[in-house]
Amino acid sequence: MPDLLLELRSEEIPARMQRKAAGDLKKLVTDALVEAGLTYEGAREYWTPRRLTLDIRGLNARSADQREEVKGPSTKAPEQAVAGFLRKAGLTDVSEAQVVSDPKKGDFYVAVISKPGRPAEEIIADVMPGIIRNFAWPKSMRWGAASMPKGSSYGGIEGKGSESLRWVRPLQSIVCVFGPEHEETQVIPFEIDGIVASNVTYGHRFHAPDAITVRRFEDYVASLEKAKVMLDAERRKDVILHDARDLAFANGLDMVEDEGLLEEVSGLVEWPHVLMGAFEEDYLQIPAEIIRLTIKTNQKCFVTRPQGAEEGLSNRFILVSNIEAKDGGKEIIHGNGKVVRARLSDAKHFWTRDQGNLPDLQELTASAEKFGLDLKKPLDQRMAKLDALNVTFHAKLGTQGERVARIRALARALAPIVGADAALVDRAVVLAKADLRTEAVGEFPELQGLMGRRYATLQGEDASVAAAIEDHWKPNGPSDRLPEDKVGLTVALADKLDTLTGFWAIDEKPTGSKDPYALRRAALGVVRMILEKNIRLRLASVARDADLLSFFHDRLKVYLRDQGARHDIIDAVLTPDADDLLMVARRAEALTAFITSEDGKNLLAGTKRATQLLAAEEKKGTVVADGVSGELLKLDAEKALWAAITAASSEASDAIAKEDFRSAMEALSKLRVPVDTFFEDVLVNDEDAAIRANRLALLKAIREATATVADFSKISG
Amino acid sequence: MQLCVALVRIHFQTPAIPMTDLPDHMSPTRSFQGLILALHNYWADKGCAVLQPYDMEVGAGTFHPATTLRALGPKPWKAAYVQPSRRPSDGRYGENPNRLQHYYQYQVILKPNPSNLQELYLGSLKAIGLDPLLHDVRFVEDDWESPTLGAWGLGWECWCDGMEVSQFTYFQQVCGIECSPVAGELTYGLERLAMYVQGVDNVYDLNFNGREGEEKISYGDVFLQAEQEYSRHNFEFADTAMLHRHFIDAEKECLALLAAGAPGEKANQMLHKCVFPAYDQCIKASHVFNLLDARGVISVTERQSYILRVRTLAKACGEAFLLTDAGGANVGKQAA
Repeated sequence: MPDLLLELRSEEIPARMQRKAAGDLKKLVTDALVEAGLTYEGAREYWTPRRLTLDIRGLNARSADQREEVKGPSTKAPEQAVAGFLRKAGLTDVSEAQVVSDPKKGDFYVAVISKPGRPAEEIIADVMPGIIRNFAWPKSMRWGAASMPKGSSYGGIEGKGSESLRWVRPLQSIVCVFGPEHEETQVIPFEIDGIVASNVTYGHRFHAPDAITVRRFEDYVASLEKAKVMLDAERRKDVILHDARDLAFANGLDMVEDEGLLEEVSGLVEWPHVLMGAFEEDYLQIPAEIIRLTIKTNQKCFVTRPQGAEEGLSNRFILVSNIEAKDGGKEIIHGNGKVVRARLSDAKHFWTRDQGNLPDLQELTASAEKFGLDLKKPLDQRMAKLDALNVTFHAKLGTQGERVARIRALARALAPIVGADAALVDRAVVLAKADLRTEAVGEFPELQGLMGRRYATLQGEDASVAAAIEDHWKPNGPSDRLPEDKVGLTVALADKLDTLTGFWAIDEKPTGSKDPYALRRAALGVVRMILEKNIRLRLASVARDADLLSFFHDRLKVYLRDQGARHDIIDAVLTPDADDLLMVARRAEALTAFITSEDGKNLLAGTKRATQLLAAEEKKGTVVADGVSGELLKLDAEKALWAAITAASSEASDAIAKEDFRSAMEALSKLRVPVDTFFEDVLVNDEDAAIRANRLALLKAIREATATVADFSKISG
Repeated sequence: MQLCVALVRIHFQTPAIPMTDLPDHMSPTRSFQGLILALHNYWADKGCAVLQPYDMEVGAGTFHPATTLRALGPKPWKAAYVQPSRRPSDGRYGENPNRLQHYYQYQVILKPNPSNLQELYLGSLKAIGLDPLLHDVRFVEDDWESPTLGAWGLGWECWCDGMEVSQFTYFQQVCGIECSPVAGELTYGLERLAMYVQGVDNVYDLNFNGREGEEKISYGDVFLQAEQEYSRHNFEFADTAMLHRHFIDAEKECLALLAAGAPGEKANQMLHKCVFPAYDQCIKASHVFNLLDARGVISVTERQSYILRVRTLAKACGEAFLLTDAGGANVGKQAA
């Protein structure tokens, strides 16, 4: 069975796109080959910064012959119909068709079209140009003489204007060889925009610039390896990881591992070579997060820490070069060290400037007054500046200053509910967004909050205020931690509720998969804080929009379900106007415990039976008395039930008023025996209409009694 | 027109002029000007018209009309030049060893880009003394975009031992107009490169003229005082009310010049007659905006609107340029 080797060699492909592109290429090519009638045994994709490679094994040498019958009209059909059939079947004369007899329809024409199988080479040459031309890169480009306007040419290449080939970066060569496992292979020389597929590729840009002729995957990989190209990205990652760990270990350090960075770095090199650089220990006074981000984001290097240390960093970093340098890497280490030092010097510059005064402080007094800021303090100045510059938060939701003012008012109302110190909450709110004006956050937006906390601590803010500045962004996702204390919780709640009510007010709600302002995450954050920190907040007091409340309900359901709650139980306790999410959760908890007990199961069955019976009669139009009349109760069982309902209802209501759901359930559980006995001893449909109506009212009373706790009809089982 | 035709006939195969005969003080690794001369030599040898800096304040070499405008239209073009570039908010009062509010970019534009542009670029690094088997040269994704010029392209930051020494871009759109053909643009950060090849950690310590002792002129001798003064100007002294007026004036003048030079109805009035002067006003507006930005008087929303206003000017200039001879308006027509 023949194999196919395909390589698309281009100028450097962005690291973040390589893996997916190789996977897409495999799917497109194998799908197209299968579609054309070929089968294959296996396919694997590879990638480096400069090539996407596909190794397809065990292809058929040709596709199978195909025979197709096209039914035609009756032999007696008018000439026109016959002519139409011949056109459709691709026949020139009716004599080429067969005549088939059918007992019902009589004689009619059938054309037998046989399509002979095609050689795989032909199929491959056919499908490849389309796949390459239509390949979906996240961003693609045109280049070179082919991008000249149509009708012109340059250097012998014809211009194709906007129709010229698009690729992620200029495509330089294509290898396409095909052939049986142990015999000679052949080139499938398809052409696309002047690039003709061949059996020639090139190795490492600097180590092995000469042409390499390839025959099949095995010698291709081996030749590349010799030409200092490690084709398999997983192997490159492995080599980098192990060499980096070893190098760190040998220096008494641990590498701070980072899968995302490792993936990226493996996409920047064809021949990884791990080296270690250093910077002055003096820079370690800059917060570790800034150092790590500076070195990772800008230099694509790994940081290290002393062996066994949980936090903190060492002054050594690990870099991955793409060459085995003639001098063992001395120059490379020296150069990278210089750049890292320059970057850290910049970071230190931000870090110190953020702790200093801003110019033109006199222009900030109005803003300072508005928020009660102390312009002697650097972070206060930044907040005043943020307000004074009228930095927009959202076109329809006003400036950041206006936003902070809203959050401040909301936080003031929330502080007593959460039980937080009002003065600390207020201070935390007015400083919460100040770090958006710091240079450190300008450089690394992902450090927002964290930098605010650092600067707040440095200017002597209460520890709780400083923590709240970082924590008011939390939780940032389902697994992120919650704010540490009540001040942080209050500000975080106020911030998220302001965002949600704001975007609801301007009708920018999430739709489908689109949620550009991460409103689902914000609502889930509110739900988690309320439930996990036991906050009794009537959401309706801050979020009056019924639609927003139902959005919270959806988040609550998702959350409770993730915690293992049954969705029918959530539905049974969640009424559309329920705005105290903590109580909903407590109720669901108590109901879950009750409904799985023996009493609960039986009561549920009894209640369901009563409800169904009642519903059936109501449907028929049978009269149901307005209330239960004691005089019309004839049998002991119904008298006992009515007494039990009256007692249980009042006991359950009292318990609910005290938010003691467990006791409410216990009270209801006392109904189980009387309900069971009632259904055993009493015939609801008595001949006497008044008695019947009264008994139906009794059934209604069961439903109403249980409804104080939950809507039992929504519970399954 | 004649010039263009002559340029495109030059081949790449010509060997680079050997630099070994140069005296030490002219070496690209010994002097800042030696580096510039080496690049001039290299790209001149590859067929580029070696131009001089544009005589206006610009934020980057891309703003030079030899790039912005010449990247448009169908006519082939090759040019190389040094462009002093001003980034007012990068001023550090001469205290930062790496950042300057005025620095030099070396700019190369080849249109359409030759298929071996990466090799040509690597050749230029060799020409200034960077051996790719000793130094780690890398092409790292960097999608270039200039919101003010309505331009974007795909390419890389070119790294040498982890340092970004150049930007490499295949222009896809300039002034909001699709590039056809695509031009390749190379931008070298000259100070960084010079610091690297001279082995200097502080930009002000760069040897400018390659001489030693009394004869030596350093980068600091030339620019330190200016950096201090311009930092004060950019961040503290510049008259913002006046700058606002200048912005509005430049904007008005740009549009007025484009209107005045617009093509007429008659056959001999088919070309636009006043694009370069209008484009100067666009450049001016852009620089004034950068100064206002450095002074911290532009809010985030205003910032967007300023950028949009400059882009509107750039687009209008680009569209007008296509109506000129250099913009290809006469291509395919019989010479008059």
